[in-house]
This record gives sequence, structure tokens and C-alpha cells, in this order.
Amino acid sequence: MSEIRNYTLNFGPQHPAAHGVLRLVLEMDGEIIERADPHIGLLHRATEKLAESKHYIQNLPYMDRLDYVSMMCNEHAYCMAIEKMLGLEVPLRAQYIRVMFDEITRILNHLMWLGAHALDVGAMTVFLYAFREREDLMDCYEAVSGARMHAAYYRPGGVYRDLPAKMPRFKGASKWHDESEIAALNDNRQGSLLDFIEDFTNRFPGYIDEYETLLTDNRIWKQRLVNIGIMTPERAMQMGLTGPMLRGSGIAWDLRKKQPYEVYDKLDFDIPIGTNGDSYDRYLVRIEEMRQSNRIIKQCVAWLRSNSGAVIATDHKVTPPARTEMKKGMESLIHHFKLATEGFSLPEGEAYAAVEHPKGEFGIYLISDGANKPYRMKIRAPGFAHLASLDEMVRGHMLADVVAVIGTQDIVFGEIDR
Amino acid sequence: MSNYYQQLAERVQQRFSTQISATHVEFSELTVELPREHLLSVCSALRDEADFAFEQLIDVCGVDYLDYGNGRWSGPRFAVVYHLLSIKNNHRIRLRTFANNDLPVVDSVINVWNSADWFEREAFDLFGIIFDGHPDLRRILTDYGFIGHPFRKDFPLSGNVEMVYDEEQKRVVYRPVTVEPRTLVPRVIRDDHRYQHLNAEGGE
Repeated sequence: MSEIRNYTLNFGPQHPAAHGVLRLVLEMDGEIIERADPHIGLLHRATEKLAESKHYIQNLPYMDRLDYVSMMCNEHAYCMAIEKMLGLEVPLRAQYIRVMFDEITRILNHLMWLGAHALDVGAMTVFLYAFREREDLMDCYEAVSGARMHAAYYRPGGVYRDLPAKMPRFKGASKWHDESEIAALNDNRQGSLLDFIEDFTNRFPGYIDEYETLLTDNRIWKQRLVNIGIMTPERAMQMGLTGPMLRGSGIAWDLRKKQPYEVYDKLDFDIPIGTNGDSYDRYLVRIEEMRQSNRIIKQCVAWLRSNSGAVIATDHKVTPPARTEMKKGMESLIHHFKLATEGFSLPEGEAYAAVEHPKGEFGIYLISDGANKPYRMKIRAPGFAHLASLDEMVRGHMLADVVAVIGTQDIVFGEIDR
Repeated sequence: MSNYYQQLAERVQQRFSTQISATHVEFSELTVELPREHLLSVCSALRDEADFAFEQLIDVCGVDYLDYGNGRWSGPRFAVVYHLLSIKNNHRIRLRTFANNDLPVVDSVINVWNSADWFEREAFDLFGIIFDGHPDLRRILTDYGFIGHPFRKDFPLSGNVEMVYDEEQKRVVYRPVTVEPRTLVPRVIRDDHRYQHLNAEGGE
């Protein structure tokens, strides 16, 4: 006589589909999930506490390391919070550059999500394709900031420097690549960074078609995603879901349209929404978002080509002066010295700035008591609310569906654990 | 936009005149302060009434005012700050409620917005604020068996204990932290004349 009872299963933290360090305690009835209890915090670095001991510019690079697949969008929210409190005007060209890089970041993030999600569900090829394109976009990051991931490119008041007039090229033949191969690699790198990005935007819709050929009508893909992890619009709002997770449930909410920041109100793009609120709808929403991001980048490239100007505010109490001025001007030297040793102070008060991050609403809530360091900084990470709804989304599903739901939530632990 | 929030502040003031203690608008953001006895009733009304319709709780943030302004703070030590968002009306509001110093207790809003679950667990974990009515108030971000509430201002940045591998016991053990605390950039508050007009109207 066998006895039947529920048992608990540990999923992660060392599991390839746990997207980092998620530990899930699953209460199972056979292969059906009765309850899922995510244990997080294994990547907790207390960024918010660290921020309280560093001045505002020193804190900026920490932002990259929150959601480490959409770096510049994190910086954007942080810079916006500071600019709001200082009443700092960002030059128009810097706004276009920021929007362009926000959308490049969105594509970077969605490619990472698509590759990892497909790999979790069992489709290997998409991962390789997605990384091929990520390589080009990370080269854009590198061209403007010198770093492929943790750029620290946005600054309060604008961006660190203007776009380079020359796209870096591959150099030197080696055992593995002869001259003709190097020349082929450098084919689209002959002009400026903008030429390279434009070339990418012309190629990219074709690449999305490739992913869609592999997945959208794929029978296995649909069997794994359709009707998995359904969120009704009411529940999605109750659980605090934002971004593609909310739009997948059929709510047309996008901060870029509804509370436009920078120059999003001057650009032409559409907001895709789903109908059923299942994982497949969220997949379609994100795929369409990549196409729309591509459209936005094209418009930004066109504007940036025909307009020049400053890329950072000239209030040198906040932004460092040019190095050449610093060498000969006493005033500039003092500004630079004060910024490097003490930083700048924010007026007493509080502000919340949010951006439409690839994953949802990413917000920075700053409380300042007038010092050169934040008194309290709260990071509102979209993934935190999404992971909190995991239990609700997987109840009654099979074990294998947990992997699909983690994939569809686009979990990154850098931002959840902070 | 700031005008809109001024009007919203007046509407909130009219509707909840007896239940809230202060409203102010700064940087086009409306902040409402209220005593914690009225938190739940105000939250339910803000969610359900069509004029406000705050369907989403975006964030819950604990704050410890111990060192605020190098000791200028005279109010209660702990606060909980709620950020709400209305998708229907496209506006936001910030609620702040204060808690007692010794045993900070605030009513849980988990039944008004289910997303409060993890946000409140986080504030409990990091600040030791207790949310009355929360069904599962466990630590969330810190280690299993962690002692203390790390985001309180009297908790050292380098922590109290560190983990090392003990050669004799053949396992990982805790020991008092050996890191020297250091300050590279001192914290300074300067009376900047450029912001004096802000301090005059928006200061606490």
C-alpha cells in the first residue's frame, strides 16, 4: 500500500533555467505545482545603502550593475531624478542620444530575454542568433563609452561625450582571420557610429523575421507558451506588473507615451498589447517592441545627423568643465576640483523619476537633506514585483511550465536583489 | 502639469480633510502625509473612487530619519512611503506615514493592493518596520538567520559579521567583521543660495 503525499522540491539557485541565483521552493502534488516560494537575496549588494555613503556622481556606475542587461536605462532614471531636483535642463541633442541608446538597450535586453527564454524552453538556435546581434549593439556601447556593458555614459545634465565620428574597426590579420576576413568584418564600420547604427537598423527587421520564422508558428513553442501563466488585466494591476507584462494582459500603458520624458513625444512609434495575457502574448509583445525600437532608433539617427549642439548642460556646478578650459581657467579648475572631491549637493526635498525600462517601470526615489550624498535612495525594480507574482502564475501548472514562466517574466537578479 | 497636481492636492485635501495631516506639491509630484490610523481607509478610498482610481501600488519604501540633516529631524524616526499610480487617470501620488520609534508598526495594505506583499517584506527586513496584518512577514533580501536591520542608519555600512571558511571546523563560520570603516568623501551640507527659494517653500 503506497502512501501518496505532497513533496517539496528545491529549484536552483544553481540551475541553468533559474536565470542567475533564484532559489525556488516548490510544493508539488505529483508534477503539479501547489505553491511556489521564491527565495531571493542571494545577489543582494545593498546598493541603496552604499549609495548613502557616496556622492551623486560616484553612485552612477552602480546603476549599470542593477539590471545588468539594460544598463543605460537604469542610469537614465537616476539622472532624471537628479535633474528633476536640480531643475537642470538637458540639451536637445543629449536627449536624442539618450533616447537612441535607451532603445538600443531595449533591443539588447529583449534579445537576451528571447535567447534565454527560447533556450529554457528547448530552442537552442535563437540564442546564438540573438547573441550575434547583441555583439553589434555592444560595439555601439563600446564606441561611445569605452565599455561594452557597464557604460556609465549618461550623466546628470546630459551624456558624457558626443557620438564618435569614426567607428572603431577590427585590426590586424592573425592565424584565425586573414586580411580579407578582417576587411569583411570592417565593411560596415567605415563611417561614423551613426552610419553603423543606421546599417544595423536596416538589417535588424530581417533578423527579427528570422527569429519569428523559428518560433512564432513553431508547434512546440506554442505548446509550451500558449495559455501558460495567464494574468488577467485586473490581477496584473493588483500585482503591480508593469511594462511588457502589463501590456501582454491587454492594458495599453507605456510611460514613453503616457508620461513622455526626453523627446519621446516627438517620435513616431506604436505600443503593442496582447489579448490573452499568456506567455505567448508577452512573447509577441516583446518581439513587436523590438521592431518599434528599431523605428525609434532610425528617427533618432536621422535627427542626430542633421543637428549638432552641446551634449551636456553647461552649469559647471554640476557638470565638469571641458579639460582644455580647466588647464587655463581658474574658475574651471575650481569647479573641477570641487566636483572631483566633494561632488554637488541637491536641494532638500524628494523626487521620484521613472522610465519605461525594457522590463517595466524602473524608478528612482531620492530623498535629499541638502547634502552631497543621497539621504535615502530607493530603487523601484520592475522585476521585483514580477517575481512576486510568480506564485500566482505557476499554481496549477506543471514543473516544466515554471521554467517557461520564469522565462516570460524576464527575470534578472541584479535588479531584483539590488 | 504642476497645476494639475495642485488641483489634485486640493481634491485630496477636500475629500480627506480630517484624515490627512499635510499635502505638498514639489517637482510636479504630490505628497500626502497622514497618520497611520487612517492609512487603510484612505488607501481603499484612493483605489476605489473614480476621481483618484489608483489601481497600482508601484512601490513601498521604508525610511529611517535618524541622521536627517545631521540631526535636524525632530519627528518620528521611521516612515513608510507609498508610491501609487493610476492607469485610468494617468496620475501619481506619494503617501507618507510615520511610525513609532521603539516598535514601528504600520497597517499592512496587502488587502488593498496585493503587490504590497514583497515590498512590505522588504521594508520589514531592511528597517524592522512591522506591517500589522501581513500574513507572511518573513525576511526577504538578507541571509537566513541574519541579525539586525541593515538599512537603519545606526547599522554600520560594513556590517557586523563576516563569513570565512574555518580550516579546523571544515565549514563556513561567522566572525566579527575585520573591515575598517572609512569615509573617502565626507558628507557635507552646504547652504547653497541657489536653492534657498526651494527650501523656503518645500522644506520639511
